[in-house]
Amino acid sequence: MKFKVKKVDRSEGLKEALYIPGIAVGLKHTMRHFFRNIISKKDVVTIQYPEEERPVSRRWRGRHRLTRRDDGFLKCVACYMCETVCPAKCIHIEAGEHPDFSVEKYPVSFDIDELRCVFCGLCVEACPKQAIRMDTGVIGMAYHSRESFNFTRDLLRDAYTPNEKTKYTDADLPKPPDQQSALPNSHGIPAL
Amino acid sequence: MQLVLEFLALSFVQDVLKILFILLLFAMPLGTFMTLMERKWSAAVQDRIGPNRANIGSYRGRGLLHIAADALKSIFKEDLIPRGADKFLYTIAPFFSFMSAVAVFAIIPIAGPIGDFKFQVTDVQPGLLFIFAITSLGVYGAVLAGASSNSKFALFGGTRASAQMISYEVFLGLSLMGLFMVYGSTQVSIIVEGQGEHWFGLIPKWGVFTQPLGFVVFFTALIAETKRAPFDAPEGESEIVAGYFVEYSGMRWSSFMLAEYIAIVGVAALITTLFFGGYQVPWLYHWESAPQWLVTLLQFGKFTSFTFILCWFQIQIRWTVPKFRFDQTMALGWKKLLPVALLNTVVTAIIIVALA
Ligand code: SF4
Ligand code: SF4
Repeated sequence: MKFKVKKVDRSEGLKEALYIPGIAVGLKHTMRHFFRNIISKKDVVTIQYPEEERPVSRRWRGRHRLTRRDDGFLKCVACYMCETVCPAKCIHIEAGEHPDFSVEKYPVSFDIDELRCVFCGLCVEACPKQAIRMDTGVIGMAYHSRESFNFTRDLLRDAYTPNEKTKYTDADLPKPPDQQSALPNSHGIPAL
Repeated sequence: MQLVLEFLALSFVQDVLKILFILLLFAMPLGTFMTLMERKWSAAVQDRIGPNRANIGSYRGRGLLHIAADALKSIFKEDLIPRGADKFLYTIAPFFSFMSAVAVFAIIPIAGPIGDFKFQVTDVQPGLLFIFAITSLGVYGAVLAGASSNSKFALFGGTRASAQMISYEVFLGLSLMGLFMVYGSTQVSIIVEGQGEHWFGLIPKWGVFTQPLGFVVFFTALIAETKRAPFDAPEGESEIVAGYFVEYSGMRWSSFMLAEYIAIVGVAALITTLFFGGYQVPWLYHWESAPQWLVTLLQFGKFTSFTFILCWFQIQIRWTVPKFRFDQTMALGWKKLLPVALLNTVVTAIIIVALA
């Protein structure tokens, strides 16, 4: 077999061999950046993280939240769709029956172990009631203990301002039987 | 009072004071400042911000505190000597680097003389030959560190350092021959004096104008001597981690680092002295009634600012030019810069003879 060998011309031209023109071109570029950044920080792309955050898309899958109805109760009907679909098996729901007929079932406890969550968003897609969403924009969760990552129902639920349609406030949300898991997080993570 | 004045008049005391002044108030502060500025400036070149987090309370001083933080960190770091290392050589290697970096300042005048008093530690008669001798000693630091660390990367670094040394040392010396001929001496004070003159009362007779080729070659040689990019094969970050001082830690490592930055300042000071008129402020001779203190201050200011700008320029070069392989360094030294330096010498000689 015969191979065709293509000879690439690698001989230096005079301009290359002198180095100086090449260095001058390089210096032109680095100096332009240098002076622009020293004088006005025009090209600087650094995001100084804890103080500044990088803008995230509205579709970014961040920390979960549980949405509320107009009347203030949770939208979730404890259908276990999300728990079933979750590939990481990190949602744990306990259903309860609400005295109000129009509400029927509701989650007595709704825990998400955010350490196990793989942020796939399947729970959001599975939910028939749009009760769970991941659009909080919280992209960095860093706490000191394992327990802090166990987000309970009351930490996940949205903030709700009472209005004329209100029938239920935060205080009316029936407490889960296990009071311990409903306690506000000891690390002061605010419920949304 | 009388006693104090007499004590100050002793030449020995004056020398010590000068050394302290030049080292503690000029070379070291500028060198340490450069350790931060290198990071800040390289950040600016690369569209970043650079270090700005070290703080006391809420005070950050735009990153200035990183200097203190670095120093503290390296003082408290464990000083390791690797198993199998030659303890004695390993310990003294940083001193070689540091000493040769600092010794350059011994012959550099930072301001013009007032009467008999010179702002220069010693004006040795061989002048620049002293510089050549001292800078060649600096490579011992690298070679000893590399040979004694009992590490292959370090050994490579040391070997490369010596290989690099034999490629730049020759044209380092030759590039200044033209300068010696133009100013007629190797003594620094005479060279600087000579650069105080003007052509047609307009263009200062600086080395960079009389010896442009010599300037380029000498500058290249000195950058190679500080072992920085594009001649950083001995350190070779991408291949042999940190080269000859890869095993060092703590304060010993810092002395290598500091030596490198003081060498930058030294190179800048040397170039200023030889090619940018040293302390000579151009066109100052028009102002004959200038008070002596103001002239001295202006001279010191001019010298410092040129040194600073040249430090910046070296750092800019480092962040612009890619690294040479060490065979390329050798080819550059022996095949290109050596002939150029020789040519420069011959042409200068011919011109001087023709003009005379
Ligand atoms: S995002 Fe995925 S892994 Fe996380 S809780 Fe929802 S379904 Fe489970
Ligand atoms: S969040 Fe949605 S999917 Fe999950 S249990 Fe509640 S209603 Fe069902």
